[in-house]
Amino acid sequence: MCGIVGIINTDRKLIDGGYIREAIRIQKERGNGLGGGFAVYGIYPEHRDKYAFHIMFEGNRHSPYIPVVEDYLKSRMNIYQSEQIPVYPNDRIPKGPHFKRYFLKPLAEFFSPEQTEEDYVVEIVMTINKMPGAYVVSSGKNMGVFKGMGYPEDIADYFRIEDYKGYMWTAHNRFPTNTPGWWGGAHPFAILDKAVVHNGEITSYGTNVRWLEMYGYYCMLKTDTEVITYIYDKLTRTDKLAPENACYVMAPSLWEDIDRTKDEKKKALRQIYGSAIVNGPFGIVITNQNGAIVLNDRNKLRPVVCAKAGSTFYASSEECSIRLLSPDADMIWSPKGGEPVIIEFSVEENLTVEKIKSSWTLW
Amino acid sequence: MTDMKNNWKIIPSFHPEFDLERCDYENGCSICVKECSFGEISLKPVKGKDGKVCYRPWANRSACNACQRCVKMCPQNAIHIASQPMHTSHGYWTTNYVSNLWRQAGSKGGVLLVGTGATGPQKRYFDYMMFDACQVTNPSIDPLREPMEIRTYLGRKPHCYGEEIGPQLELEVPIMFAAMSFGAVNLRVHEAEAKATREVGTYWNTGEGGFHQRLRKYGGNTIVQVASGRFGVSEDYLKSAAAVEIKIGQGAKPGIGGHLPGEKVSEAISKTRMIPEGTDALSPAPHHDIYSIEDLRQLIYAIKEATEYKIPVAVKIAAVHNVAPISSGIARAGADIIVIDGFRGGTGATPFQIRQNTGIPIELALSAADRRLREEGIRNTVSLIASGGIQCSSDVLKAICLGADAVYVGTPVLIALGCGVCQRCFTGRCPYGITTNKPGLAERIDVEEASGALIRLLHAWAEEIKELMGSMGISAIEALRGNRDRLRGIGLNEEELKILGIKHAGA
Repeated sequence: MCGIVGIINTDRKLIDGGYIREAIRIQKERGNGLGGGFAVYGIYPEHRDKYAFHIMFEGNRHSPYIPVVEDYLKSRMNIYQSEQIPVYPNDRIPKGPHFKRYFLKPLAEFFSPEQTEEDYVVEIVMTINKMPGAYVVSSGKNMGVFKGMGYPEDIADYFRIEDYKGYMWTAHNRFPTNTPGWWGGAHPFAILDKAVVHNGEITSYGTNVRWLEMYGYYCMLKTDTEVITYIYDKLTRTDKLAPENACYVMAPSLWEDIDRTKDEKKKALRQIYGSAIVNGPFGIVITNQNGAIVLNDRNKLRPVVCAKAGSTFYASSEECSIRLLSPDADMIWSPKGGEPVIIEFSVEENLTVEKIKSSWTLW
Repeated sequence: MTDMKNNWKIIPSFHPEFDLERCDYENGCSICVKECSFGEISLKPVKGKDGKVCYRPWANRSACNACQRCVKMCPQNAIHIASQPMHTSHGYWTTNYVSNLWRQAGSKGGVLLVGTGATGPQKRYFDYMMFDACQVTNPSIDPLREPMEIRTYLGRKPHCYGEEIGPQLELEVPIMFAAMSFGAVNLRVHEAEAKATREVGTYWNTGEGGFHQRLRKYGGNTIVQVASGRFGVSEDYLKSAAAVEIKIGQGAKPGIGGHLPGEKVSEAISKTRMIPEGTDALSPAPHHDIYSIEDLRQLIYAIKEATEYKIPVAVKIAAVHNVAPISSGIARAGADIIVIDGFRGGTGATPFQIRQNTGIPIELALSAADRRLREEGIRNTVSLIASGGIQCSSDVLKAICLGADAVYVGTPVLIALGCGVCQRCFTGRCPYGITTNKPGLAERIDVEEASGALIRLLHAWAEEIKELMGSMGISAIEALRGNRDRLRGIGLNEEELKILGIKHAGA
């Protein structure tokens, strides 16, 4: 059991982290204090053209792992800025690992001939994650992830997420059942600009991992969320599937429905991507800079409620979070198992920084 | 002069015993005598209660193979098979070795022949692997309430959507009937297999004995075999089927050819195999046009050309030490399906020494091949079929967890038709009428009843598979393919666990 919440403003209006802190706090029942976290988009508009790496280091600011990782980063990327992520220890979370963020651009001369820029960045993230004592928490442009051990509202206070603003937020409240709770194992899980919050336990894990490994993905965390993120990344980025097709691969319709509708495309997707099917109970929110996807397993074995109020979408494990944020949401529904809710932004990404800033107060 | 003949005499370990209290011999019943095709039972005159001579059954103690035919056919349930094995006092020279030596030194001599798969004491790895099940953190799925999908497609799949998908076989259950040739079994068995697979939605395999004209209407559910003897192979034959399988080897006799004696080559068999009546049908040990992998590639593409790339081509090999790189080579040679046949796989006839001592277990071979294909990034370009020693539905599912797409079963098909696994298939005297074409014996198979049995078997296994999947929280069988996390080993050493790619129980 876990709790998830997503707030998505399709006009890219910025809101601060205080709202999502409250939304996930009232789902306290769904977690046990062994993990909480937040993903936020639109957080670094002044660095929007650079990859923002949030990296967690074992130890404190003198961690021996920091120079190792930084030397590696310097050899592969241009580091425009690096700084500590401010934290505010309190009596509930007195101590945590050391967090730093880097704004980076890849050095194109090091790309392998077959690599795109994103492939190159993924390779760097995978390499750091294999190093001891360091873990890349997020690696996308104009987005970031804050997570750790504790209840999500305590994690929120630890990072003071109300100091950050974004047009899309997701939050997670963890009740770990598979892997032990640790800072890196908390959700959201992110690679490039994709982040996933997930409630569930997937039984297809072994099949999915072996399929991903065939394509160079290294599953370091051994968690379901990591696997779902990589599957979605592989399907949409490498194989260029549209989001709805990627969702279909993960939660396909029954063969008998495919037979009845004689849908050749669906049949082919299921035949080709059998090993990417995600079985077992799950409810997930996948986000990237262009939108969000809410998806349930085929049998709807986990709760997910969606709502829309004006240009804001909500997704949540429980309706209470939505009611708290938007007492009079005009549309509220529970999506069917296997039927994705796909939210795309109406505003193009090429907005100027000023324009986004000016819209801060509109919400 | 002493006659040494008796020095080599072997009294069979089994014989029928008759409960004369129950036996109906006084009223002239002699069903057991007629049913025993090995000539083990004769009639002995005795005085009946009313003083008249009547005939009681009598075990000759010369030919019983414990096939259980007489036991099952006795209307009075008056027969059981007793076991009285010969004992040697020597701890090293045990009965098996001694009696085999006598057999070889005695009047018949020669190579020891047997039917069915290996009987040795090697570990059955399936028994040392346990499934996972859902508890608390995720719900198990009830197949009676929720959809549970076990449909499987075999054939080449591309890496990503948009590229061409090769021709596929559609299986409603991930179980197919393994190759057993017309000649080794009779046409009734083939027809029963054909009918059952059409009804259930899976495939059967003709083996290397041709494809009888009368059964060609079942071509949509038939895999035809091209083996080293090329018996029955023609363009028509290839095009009549849903898939073609090139047989390189078989688990019961890796590296060994086949031999159908001339006396078994009747008119129907001669026509189907396309050889003269009464001649021996010899399949050479290797394909004499395949001395290496590049030759296999040529044959694969010759068949694909002949069938216009409309049906998948499978290659079947025995599970041998180098199975992983061989599988990779076969995949790269253009095969759409690889069949790996473990050393427990059955056969109509095989040299005893080969059967008992050659090859490796399917569990290890399958796991190694699947891993190698994944490491090379070509697992999806080929489907894997596990074969040889599958005994029950949980074996099927364990094989799928280890990386198989589907399995072949052969011996279970025969057992479903009544076979008592007496290992005398090569004699042509099968008392159940399965591995014989002898008039009077072959008729013991009724096609309708036999196909009914096979349908029930497939349905029963399918139900069991769905229940097992449900307990693991899996609703689509593709989510279990290669899902080694759902297995745990018990009593396996580190090396075995590593090869199987599973953790030990508790880990």
